[in-house]
Amino acid sequence: MSNIFNIARYEMRRIFLSPLAWSVLAIVQFIMGFVFINLLVEFANNPGSGEEFGVSDYIGGSLYGFATILLLLIMPLMTMRLFSEERKSGSITLLFSAPVSLTEIVLGKFVGLLGFIAAIVVLMALMPLSLNWSTDLDWGRIAAGLFGLFLLMMAFGAAGLFVSSLTREPTIAAVGSFGLLLVVWLINILGYNDSIPFKEVFSYLSLIDHYESLRRGVFDTADAIYYVLFSALFLWLAVLRLDMERN
Amino acid sequence: MESEVLIEARGLTRRYGPTVAVDNLSLTLRKGEILGLLGPNGAGKSTTMKMLTGNLAPTEGEVLIGGKSMHDDAKAAKRSLGYLPEQPPVYPELTVDEYLRYCATLHGVAKANREAAVDSAKRDCGLTEVGSRLVGNLSKGFQQRVGIAQAIIHRPPVVVLDEPTVGLDPIQIREIRSLITQLGQNHSVILSSHILPEVQAVCGRVIIIARGRVVYNDSLEATRSDRFRNVRVGLRRAPEQSALAGIAGIKSVTALGDGLFRCSCAAEADPRDAIAEAATQGNWGLYELSAETHTLEEIFVELTSGDDVRSAA
Repeated sequence: MSNIFNIARYEMRRIFLSPLAWSVLAIVQFIMGFVFINLLVEFANNPGSGEEFGVSDYIGGSLYGFATILLLLIMPLMTMRLFSEERKSGSITLLFSAPVSLTEIVLGKFVGLLGFIAAIVVLMALMPLSLNWSTDLDWGRIAAGLFGLFLLMMAFGAAGLFVSSLTREPTIAAVGSFGLLLVVWLINILGYNDSIPFKEVFSYLSLIDHYESLRRGVFDTADAIYYVLFSALFLWLAVLRLDMERN
Repeated sequence: MESEVLIEARGLTRRYGPTVAVDNLSLTLRKGEILGLLGPNGAGKSTTMKMLTGNLAPTEGEVLIGGKSMHDDAKAAKRSLGYLPEQPPVYPELTVDEYLRYCATLHGVAKANREAAVDSAKRDCGLTEVGSRLVGNLSKGFQQRVGIAQAIIHRPPVVVLDEPTVGLDPIQIREIRSLITQLGQNHSVILSSHILPEVQAVCGRVIIIARGRVVYNDSLEATRSDRFRNVRVGLRRAPEQSALAGIAGIKSVTALGDGLFRCSCAAEADPRDAIAEAATQGNWGLYELSAETHTLEEIFVELTSGDDVRSAA
């Protein structure tokens, strides 16, 4: 257990030492701030909408709904280096020769990445927080949205980590995990096609459908479990992949 | 009393598809031994080292480090292992201190001893001055030193070094050699190298690998011994070649020009006395008389470039 945290600590440190992490955070915050102000102006100009939708619904729902698309674009960039760069530079040997198991290596890197994800979630929380002094916010609803974003990014991260363990080129890892995420995201298209058997299964498997209810402030354990299982599956695949590499 | 066996490899075989990189290789290393692993490029040295350190699973055979199986109890086996691969496994964005602290943590050095471990590793590898610099900004030689420091930071009983002196300056090479010699007193060290004098200088035993097989495995004492097969003779007023060949103990004579001859000796014979005597009697003007010992280089060339190697390759 302590091995996982030691690896995670240094992984997180290395993420935050790279200019990539800071540029990503800055750009995400800039775009989200732009969307946030836009939503705010729109809300202020439509006084009638406040009847059915409060500011929390309007801002929280739309802002975090938009954030999912942005995160789909940036998470592959954050996960691409995890294994492929280490393999390319040969530094992966350090972990492979140390008395730590493959599961500990994978979990350590994953937990380190969660640190970065937490930073994004905090930044996302800051925008509605700035309204806290001028209006009453439904914090439960916003928390559900933020928690959903965290779960979604966790799933993106696990899938990206797996793809990163497949190759030694970070760029290929980025393209690959972006493709993988987009396919799992869009798999619910099949659910709308009546000629496809078991269409409900496809729409249930889609990454984004489970976020919808969280975004609307409905916390369902099934959705949370979906993301946890999704992440666990890809982390397990990453462990298998690293084990294969030795054989 | 025999000291304890720290590394034992039995029948290691590694196949990459149809290619056999390492074929049925076995080796044993006891505490306090320094083993040199030699071989031409592509002979399987690095593959062997990767298997010994658990970076690569052998297709067949097993590795025991300090009695613990690398396959069944990898963590325990790796705990007593330090490994410097061909490319030093460093993170360029960390400082030397941060990096070494991480390595110490990974290898389970207790928090209280971590700083001391980092300090002594830095001292041993000449890194004290660069502790707060980024690894990525250091020169190749310094990065190599960081790699060595990483391998010895937890003072493991077994140290495996893949070409440790590549990229170092001559003074540093001497320091690293003396460090290895010093490590060899309490630890077991395996090192691979292309530089034969280096192996001769630090190793107690040498294994030569060609085409994935062990073709020579003996202590270096054997190569330093008095056994020789040829005697080199230099004469200012050389007689007929047959006169030399007639001396007892000499099988045949090859003229090398300028009065130099190489006399190959009959088995177990030392004809040097007889040559000196004959030279004085015949007034041949003897100015050189030396035994050509069987050097490591000769053994290496003989074993790795023989006809059977070429026909098999």
